[in-house]
Amino acid sequence: MNDKHLSSQFDSDLNEVCSRLMEMGGLVEAQLQRAVGALEKYSLDIIREVIKVEEKVDALEVEIDHELTAVIARRQPAARDLRLLLAISKITTNLERTGDEAHKIAKRVRSIMERGETRNIPISDLRVASDLAVNLIQRALDAFVRLDVVAAIDVFKEDDLIDREFKGFTRKLITYMMEDPRTISSSLDLLSIAKAVERIGDHAKNIAEFIIYVVKGTDVRHSSLAHIESIVE
Amino acid sequence: MTDKPQSPPPPTKISVRDLNFYYGKFQALKQIHLEIPEHCVTAFIGPSGCGKSTLLRTFNRMFELYPDQRAEGSILLDGENLLDSKQDVALLRARVGMVFQKPTPFPMSIFDNIAFGVNLFEHLSRIEMEERVEWALKKAALWNEVKDKLTQSGASLSGGQQQRLCIARGVAIKPEVLLLDEPCSALDPISTARIEELIAELKKDYTVIIVTHNMQQAARCSDYTAYMYLGDLVEFGKTEQMFLKPAKAETEDYITGRFG
Repeated sequence: MNDKHLSSQFDSDLNEVCSRLMEMGGLVEAQLQRAVGALEKYSLDIIREVIKVEEKVDALEVEIDHELTAVIARRQPAARDLRLLLAISKITTNLERTGDEAHKIAKRVRSIMERGETRNIPISDLRVASDLAVNLIQRALDAFVRLDVVAAIDVFKEDDLIDREFKGFTRKLITYMMEDPRTISSSLDLLSIAKAVERIGDHAKNIAEFIIYVVKGTDVRHSSLAHIESIVE
Repeated sequence: MTDKPQSPPPPTKISVRDLNFYYGKFQALKQIHLEIPEHCVTAFIGPSGCGKSTLLRTFNRMFELYPDQRAEGSILLDGENLLDSKQDVALLRARVGMVFQKPTPFPMSIFDNIAFGVNLFEHLSRIEMEERVEWALKKAALWNEVKDKLTQSGASLSGGQQQRLCIARGVAIKPEVLLLDEPCSALDPISTARIEELIAELKKDYTVIIVTHNMQQAARCSDYTAYMYLGDLVEFGKTEQMFLKPAKAETEDYITGRFG
């Protein structure tokens, strides 16, 4: 299959949109790493940075959508070009929501700090899960750049791991709350953080689904892993 | 984005089997196999010289007007081989009408442009003929614009109106199949949109086959699309699928503008 269009302007338009998406991906990754860092270090400075980046991410989402609309209006893309542009639009939505989750994590960490309850409950499992989630978003974006369907499938598999960590951590929180009602406030904050981490994993999985849509032309949303694997093979 | 469930394919109107076509020694079509569904719009796309107009011209044996052009194989219209030498060509062309790239009104009045073809096949009274002309002009969405000037020359109409007059002329003899050879390439966007509306309307009664260089036009107004290249039929399928997820890389390269 040819990589280049007859119109080099079309190629440069597509490259431009892709590089904007990567810029947004880079920002969200950094925001996410900071949010996880805030959870590890309980640092108000880091929290402020996370909240500041949020606006930039939102603005980029709007900008990319605008560029996408222009390319669609001017080029009337078809087949894999059309799939690519649709996927980019969906991926920006997922990235923006990932940014929202990072924001949410930062705010909940701040609320735990404000109550001085940073040592109430051990959170090493949550840290493991949040590292996994950051890593997963990075890998989903890498797989998108390379349009690598095998790497996309690995993202699906790893999201299951995060889901399992989330369930385990939730059970632990329930035990703490039952044993000592004074831990309820921090437990609820931590539950929100854990839920945000779990959602980030889901966004990574969604991005992986769109990689398969671009490359194979099949919409695999709401499909089982076995079905997706059969399509990729 | 979801894949729609498959509906059963419509019945076949024209079935092309092992069709080879030659301009003298040059082979322009190679072993074409194709089933054209009834009451659907089928578009032929492909770069210049790929054989799409040649294929269209075999369906009413238009090529026989030229020496040295010959077709081998079979083209079944409702199961009957239209390439058979016993086939009456005039009757065939009444069943399979054609509209060309450039509007070709006859040098006569708007009324006579339509009545001319009808007179070749049917003997209608004056009143019946008036009804037929009105019916055909209404089918071609031209009636309201010309009803007060039926006696004026066909050449006095605009390009878009002339093309609709040609479609009315084709429709008037009540064919089963309508062949359109780049019917909009000489028209402005508004006239093009009118013709495309008309094509959608006409497929209720006829099987429409359109050759077009404009891929967006094929995407807009056809139900099935055939992509041809160098005399081969590369891919044939539902238009939606051809433009979203074609099976062959060559088709995808062409429709995404990577051809070259």
